[in-house]
Amino acid sequence: MGEGKDLRDSSPTVYQALRQRGVSRRDFMKFCSLMAATLALPASFAPKIAEALEKAKRPSLVWLEFQDCCGNTESFLRASNPTVVDIVLDVLSVDYHETIMAPAGKDAEKSLQDVVKNQKGKYICVVEGAIPTRDGGVYCCVGGRAAIDIAKEVCGNSLATIAMGACAWDGGIPSANPNPTGAVGVKDVISGVPIINLPGCPANVVNLTGTVVHYLTFGSLPLTDNNGAPLFGYGTRIHDACQRRAHYDAGRYVRQWGDEGHRNGWCLYYMGCKGPETYKNCPTALWNDRTSWPVGAGHNCIGCASPKFWDTMTPFYSRLASIPGFGVESTADKVGLGLAIATAAGVTAHAIARAGRKHIRHEDEEKTAKTEDK
Amino acid sequence: MAGAAEVRRRIYVWEFPVRLSHWVNVLAITVLSVTGLYIGTPFLYPVSDTAFTMGWMRFLHLTAGYLFLMMVALRVYWSFAGNKYSNWRVFVPRSKSQVRDLKEVTNYYLFKRSTPPYDEGHTACAAFAYFLLFLIFLFQIFSGFALFNNNSHTAVHFILGGWLARLINIKTIRFWHHMLMYPIWAFVIVHIYLSLLMDSSGKNGLLGSIFGGYKFMAGRG
Ligand code: HEM
Ligand code: HEM
Ligand code: SF4
Ligand code: SF4
Repeated sequence: MGEGKDLRDSSPTVYQALRQRGVSRRDFMKFCSLMAATLALPASFAPKIAEALEKAKRPSLVWLEFQDCCGNTESFLRASNPTVVDIVLDVLSVDYHETIMAPAGKDAEKSLQDVVKNQKGKYICVVEGAIPTRDGGVYCCVGGRAAIDIAKEVCGNSLATIAMGACAWDGGIPSANPNPTGAVGVKDVISGVPIINLPGCPANVVNLTGTVVHYLTFGSLPLTDNNGAPLFGYGTRIHDACQRRAHYDAGRYVRQWGDEGHRNGWCLYYMGCKGPETYKNCPTALWNDRTSWPVGAGHNCIGCASPKFWDTMTPFYSRLASIPGFGVESTADKVGLGLAIATAAGVTAHAIARAGRKHIRHEDEEKTAKTEDK
Repeated sequence: MAGAAEVRRRIYVWEFPVRLSHWVNVLAITVLSVTGLYIGTPFLYPVSDTAFTMGWMRFLHLTAGYLFLMMVALRVYWSFAGNKYSNWRVFVPRSKSQVRDLKEVTNYYLFKRSTPPYDEGHTACAAFAYFLLFLIFLFQIFSGFALFNNNSHTAVHFILGGWLARLINIKTIRFWHHMLMYPIWAFVIVHIYLSLLMDSSGKNGLLGSIFGGYKFMAGRG
């Protein structure tokens, strides 16, 4: 992406911007190492990333919010270490973001229009939230325009669009059954521009920055899996990188919140952990400034990075779905055992009935035998 | 009926592959059910610091699963290569005589007939039950490998079941993989009961046939 590098000629490079904000060289190098680790690159790549960021101009970035809870924005800003926020905000020159920008109303919409007009095909568009399609998309309007129209214009003219979080990826929670607003993900309504999906509820900001840094360093978007999610962030199964895994194999499970196993950090499988079927880098990328992650903190993974997770990963606190229409208490096992017991009872009844009839039949047969003899 | 000294024909009904797949499957299904239940609800508590309970359970389930797959494949192959009693044609009642047999056997089970009809191979009723059972077997195999697809993404595992995980979500697959174990159990209960019943009332060595392969039909047949 040669052209991307001279996006905004008058603007400082990533590194210059960071230095202006008072980020030390040391913090900058730490950030580059973190990015190398996130991208699953050897540590020797950190200087290469640093070199690239020293030269690269900051790409313009607009952040659209549709049917969302703002959770990805929260996650994006929630780093407790201020330099990380600075770095992230400086690597990404955020030109439009309703939640964090100073202008409001018409002025805000104007900044968006400016980017779309002046940087056509050169800016990155991040989308947070699902896009309703039912009834002409009236269920989500911003500044009087339907989300779907905004998305088509803003995503459609971007260099690349990043669908941040489960909702922007495949409709997420707004699209959960029965999906009253006909909510869909970005990929379902936008075509013609590269889309990177960052599933998860929320997506980890490390993966967003990683995607942009990958682009700035290598000039290309990262390789993706069949969900369109970058392999560096979504190529490993939670279960395979989980620190509780040895307890899983051993058969040591938390059976109740707060029990001895829970206090000892045993596996959360029995409590409904969806780590065995979820692909995301939570155990290694970690959350909240790399302090911990949900399973590390003692809560089971709910599979938030899986397709349609609100429909397919519930119940979150049980491994097996309950039978619809039978009530919560009727587990598959109860119904199944009921079937087996009923069968055994049926067979027994048949045996008893037969024993009773055998007696009658013998008499019948004797009669028939007698008639035949005649 | 003729007296005790009747002449009986000895017919080779169940060839070795049929008997092999039958008994290996009995073993495999027993192991699959016990280990599967543990995988679903780990009911054992760890006894030592070096326990590998779930590891072994999954190993056994997978091993038995592969064995089961091979035996089901063998039996399907044998329904083309084997004798007329094991041929695929017997499993779905289509011909007139099969439909008649189905009715007669049902009548016998419902006490509308005092003796069972005289079949050398499976009765049409049994054969149809086996057919339905085989459909469940196939589903268990595909769904089992679809669940295993989270551990292994190889092409072989994709063919054996991974494709199913692309069509249906894992939660639904796991639910049915678990649930369909119970109809298999129900089948086994009825199956053992009817084997004993038909053995005693048919007097054709039915029970022995699944061990030795031979049935002993009364001379008149
Ligand atoms: C008669 C055949 C089978 C029976 C009765 C059976 C039974 C079960 C049961 C009850 C479970 C627990 C499901 C749960 O509640 O989570 C299970 C899990 C499993 N089965 Fe089977 N199974 C059979 C065949 C197979 C086969 C052929 C395979 C293929 C290798 C297989 C692979 C698996 C796997 C990988 C799991 C673990 C699922 C998970 O991790 O969630 N099963 N099975
Ligand atoms: C997991 C348990 C079992 C399963 C799934 C099962 C399944 C089957 C199937 C599918 C057949 C048809 C054979 C073929 O054409 O390939 C069959 C036949 C037979 N099985 Fe089993 N079986 C089980 C256990 C048993 C047991 C414990 C006995 C002994 C009491 C038994 C006795 C027989 C007999 C006698 C036949 C031949 C019946 C006939 O000629 O129609 N089975 N079984
Ligand atoms: S806690 Fe969850 S992810 Fe970790 S080992 Fe247990 S089941 Fe797997
Ligand atoms: S641990 Fe699981 S539920 Fe939690 S954020 Fe990661 S993928 Fe989502």
